[in-house]
Amino acid sequence: MSMPTLQKRRIIEYIKQGKRFDGRKLDQFRDFEVQLGISENAEGSCSVKLGKTEVYAGVKMSTIEPYPDGPNEGTLSVTLELGAMADNDFDLGAPRIEAVEMARVIDRGIRESGIIDWEKLCIKSGEKVWQISLDIYAVNNDGNLFDVAALAGLIALAHAKFPVYNEKEGKVEHELTNTPLPLKKEKMSFNLTVHKVGDSFVLDPSLEEEEISDYRLGMALADNDGEVRITAMQKGKEGGISESDMESILKLVEDSFKGLHKKVTEMVWK
Amino acid sequence: MAKTESAYKKRSDGRKFDELRPISAKVGVVPSADGSAIYQSGKTRALAVVRGPRILHPKHMENPEKGILRFTYQMMSFSVWDRIKPGTSRRGQEIGKVSEWALNEIVDLDAFPNSVVDVIVQIPQADAGTRVAGLNAAAMALAQAGVPMKEMVSAVAVGKMDRTLVADVDKEEEDFEEGEGATDIPVCLTSRTKKIALLQLDGKISIPELKEAISMAKKACAKINEIQMKALKEPGKEIKG
Repeated sequence: MSMPTLQKRRIIEYIKQGKRFDGRKLDQFRDFEVQLGISENAEGSCSVKLGKTEVYAGVKMSTIEPYPDGPNEGTLSVTLELGAMADNDFDLGAPRIEAVEMARVIDRGIRESGIIDWEKLCIKSGEKVWQISLDIYAVNNDGNLFDVAALAGLIALAHAKFPVYNEKEGKVEHELTNTPLPLKKEKMSFNLTVHKVGDSFVLDPSLEEEEISDYRLGMALADNDGEVRITAMQKGKEGGISESDMESILKLVEDSFKGLHKKVTEMVWK
Repeated sequence: MAKTESAYKKRSDGRKFDELRPISAKVGVVPSADGSAIYQSGKTRALAVVRGPRILHPKHMENPEKGILRFTYQMMSFSVWDRIKPGTSRRGQEIGKVSEWALNEIVDLDAFPNSVVDVIVQIPQADAGTRVAGLNAAAMALAQAGVPMKEMVSAVAVGKMDRTLVADVDKEEEDFEEGEGATDIPVCLTSRTKKIALLQLDGKISIPELKEAISMAKKACAKINEIQMKALKEPGKEIKG
């Protein structure tokens, strides 16, 4: 997709005055809509809509041999599909680099927050641990897939239950327990992506804003006794962050954090 | 013909032999697409999106006479109990192809040379019959997208459990092993001319039984078609049947 220069200029002029085409403030998110249990065959699953952007996420559990450097620790694997279903510009074939990047950033955000108690995923030290497979699918792209995909991943994890493990035969039964995954709620971090459009910074970008932004800075944010704790970061696209840009972004993050953290917490643990 | 009694006397979920699972259909679920729909039968749910007619890549696939229809079928990794690796499997490629042939029977793309209509089906939750659910969703999505169609299609999987024919097989039935076991017969029929647009079978069946299976599919498809048409008249509304 490429946008006419005129339209691009108009979006930037608007944003300069603190306005957006859909009437939102620069730091305002669209409405979220969460639906749990989109697959009965998943250990945990959900769909999350943010405005018209929608993703599906699901958790499957399996047992594997632990890595040598963590004989008592379970593992996590995150995949993300940006298929032709979600966007006219997404291809049918091989995964886009965008999908690989997004999956890895989401993976790090979850991993580094410390929300997963890895040792509680150990079945037998050095021999068998649980592997969490978190798979996320874009269904409709209307901007900000990054934040929505990360949130859907969190919600699927938060609602996942262990399957029954048959110790005698060493296999996973086709049945769920009532035991949730070992998650430390207080360590939860969520993804927040800031885009620089013109000279301004916006949250929850629309498709158009995303396309014309100079760069994005994605952050996984956790609460540390009322203070923001950043647990993962990634700058995306070619533009460079100046010193004053960084100041503005961090102020925006500090100002938005509390409200967003509360909202995300409610959506994830409800 | 001397008939021995069938070992399958009652359906596991209590349905009548020719009864479909509860259906839910909704058109217009993916706003960025040209057409989209969800079709659910029992626990099997298919999501279909249509994009196009649009420019075709790769170029060598272009047909200067008319547009082509391309069908992609995937199951989401968590749609079944044993996780599937994300992406298109060999099974998915085959299902995509037979579904593509089925839909090519009814679309009229003469006005769109060198273009493609992409149909993308994803299965978020599976309990057998995913390819026929995918076709039912895809037909609605094509109609919503305004792709010229000679008629609609509807599809159903007829099963033969030992000697008993049943409509809209679920997973538990698919795994039936007594007597002659389970035979799975996905059928896709065109709505007006009643042509068979897709037919597959694995298992064992006699010719009279096959004839009966096809007539069972015809009845089932007539009912599915009714629901599809209702859903098309009210995009955004969930139609149950």
